[in-house]
Amino acid sequence: MRSMRVPRSPKVLVGLCILGIFILLTLIGPWIAPYDPNDTSFVPNLRPSWQHLFGTTTLGQDVVSQLLVGCRVTMVVGFIAGSLATIISLVVGLTAGYIGGRTDEGLSLLSNVFLAIPGLPLLIVINSYLPAGEQANPLVVGLVIALTGWAWGARVLRAQTMSLRDRDFVEAARIIGESRWRIMLGEIGPNLLPIIAASFLFTILYSVGVYTTLAFLGLTNVSTWNWGTMLYWAQTNNAALANEWWWLAPPGIAIALVGTSLALINFGIDEFINPRLRAAGLTARQRRRVGMARRPRLGFTPVHRSEEIKKEASS
Amino acid sequence: MRRQWAGSGMRTALRRLSIYLFTAWATITANFILPRLMPGNPIEQLIGKLQGRVTPEMIAAIKAQFGQGLNEPMWVQYGHYWGQLFHGDLGISITLSAPVSQVLSSQMWWTIGLIGTAAVVSFIIGTALGVLFGWTRGSRADSIIPVATFLQSVPYYFLGTILIMLFAGTLHLFPIMGAYDSSLNPGWSWAYIASVLRYAELPLTSIVLSSLAGWMLGMRNMMVTTVSEDFVLMAVAKGLPRRRVMWHAARNAVLPSVANLALTIGLLVSGSLLVEQIFNYPGVGNLLVSAVGNEDYPLLQGIFLMITFTVLGANLLADILYYVLDPRTRTASVN
Repeated sequence: MRSMRVPRSPKVLVGLCILGIFILLTLIGPWIAPYDPNDTSFVPNLRPSWQHLFGTTTLGQDVVSQLLVGCRVTMVVGFIAGSLATIISLVVGLTAGYIGGRTDEGLSLLSNVFLAIPGLPLLIVINSYLPAGEQANPLVVGLVIALTGWAWGARVLRAQTMSLRDRDFVEAARIIGESRWRIMLGEIGPNLLPIIAASFLFTILYSVGVYTTLAFLGLTNVSTWNWGTMLYWAQTNNAALANEWWWLAPPGIAIALVGTSLALINFGIDEFINPRLRAAGLTARQRRRVGMARRPRLGFTPVHRSEEIKKEASS
Repeated sequence: MRRQWAGSGMRTALRRLSIYLFTAWATITANFILPRLMPGNPIEQLIGKLQGRVTPEMIAAIKAQFGQGLNEPMWVQYGHYWGQLFHGDLGISITLSAPVSQVLSSQMWWTIGLIGTAAVVSFIIGTALGVLFGWTRGSRADSIIPVATFLQSVPYYFLGTILIMLFAGTLHLFPIMGAYDSSLNPGWSWAYIASVLRYAELPLTSIVLSSLAGWMLGMRNMMVTTVSEDFVLMAVAKGLPRRRVMWHAARNAVLPSVANLALTIGLLVSGSLLVEQIFNYPGVGNLLVSAVGNEDYPLLQGIFLMITFTVLGANLLADILYYVLDPRTRTASVN
């Protein structure tokens, strides 16, 4: 299992910590929200204070409560859409890459079409044809987002499957007479894990972005609290021109932080797949500690040998 | 031998072209099928709402466009639909009471100008920065990575709002909204052109800032990988000046970025649509949002077709660029 270890770089740790906090808020957010997010009985346009940590809106609502309540819907839609899109891309990518031939041509054409069509306009068009009740349903919106966001993952997974298809261990499994499904899921599947993980994180990132965008444009139900609707109300009430940063900043920064955490974890996976990126991830202090050249020399990949490896090599 | 090369390159190009043609067909067909298949029949509801608000001719036109109350089979309607498209007829906008094609052709240049410039500027600056940071990997410059990652995750519209707040609202350095000084008459006068440029600065900056980081990070990673390749070591060993070596490596590292160019154009367009919304900038994005809000389906469909076709065209350009830059694509299938 040694090879499955994700590098413990500070980037990954920071990413995991931030993501952990937001997952916690997704679980408990609505319970720890101090007020009802719809309650308009407070003094409007208050700056942040102990009563209202992030102040109040022009409509007299508590910003912290909106942020905490909105966290759940935003994250859940991102997660649903990300999971669905990853499943679709795995099925399409694996099948196309392993079976090849006509199946591959058909599936590749399909994913190329979805890659070429701009996602957001397509999403807006589909969404606008949905009945009003369904536009408010996070499940339906998540499903539509997944339908527009699976193609990139499918393409990467297909390429990797094709490179694995003719390796010896797969050939061996074929000779033993394992079924096609078993080879795809049992032999090739585990070797795709880092890429599946990366594409899962990427699609969550995409889904959160797209969902908040739809909400910001007022195209989902504007009375369901998520970070996009918060920005929608801020925009409609000209918060930027009134300089109400405490209203604008929290949802925007929250979206960006979730995105950053996912991207940082993805860096870890990238460094795992491509070790050349890894050495560059060491800080100056770490490099000094392991006795590596201060500045990387051109043409050489600095490699850090741990004590364990040295022992293994000498024995 | 040369003819064979040209032949294989032709085949790749034709393959790409056929994918785009198929996508175009799929988009057009989706535009035809979606309103007819959706649950709750949105078009019928719309016509119900429109009764008495617009002329009967217009209702008849909408009915014809979306196949309401027609006794023709689906494939006949589909044929009509194609016929209309070939005549450049995208229907009539409900809210603007003008042909959709006319509305689009008057508004699209704002969007194409803004997004086109932003795409080129951010690609060039981002790639150049990526080359530098990839070259100096492992040094202090690496601390740019988390910053760039954060910038990349900031939604376009949020960055735009913050820029408005800081530079237009508080500091009054930039005009807040619109595309030109409304006291000027649009035309080829210096004052008007200067005002257009002035009003485009802030929206342009917000698109460039938020798309820059992606190019930079991608290029940096490719550069890091390329710099440890043998040919770079060889170039150093030959005693070439560092600048030449860097250029050598950068030219090879840029290929995936160019390949990605085609894929990210769609994303860039999507993001830029929002920037228009925030800066109240005229253009297709603004039109799209108002079309959705007003349930102006003919306009919505026209915009979707236009955006998709533009993105497909841009993809084709990016493919040609890749083909020109990478000689291997021209010899790939010669064994």
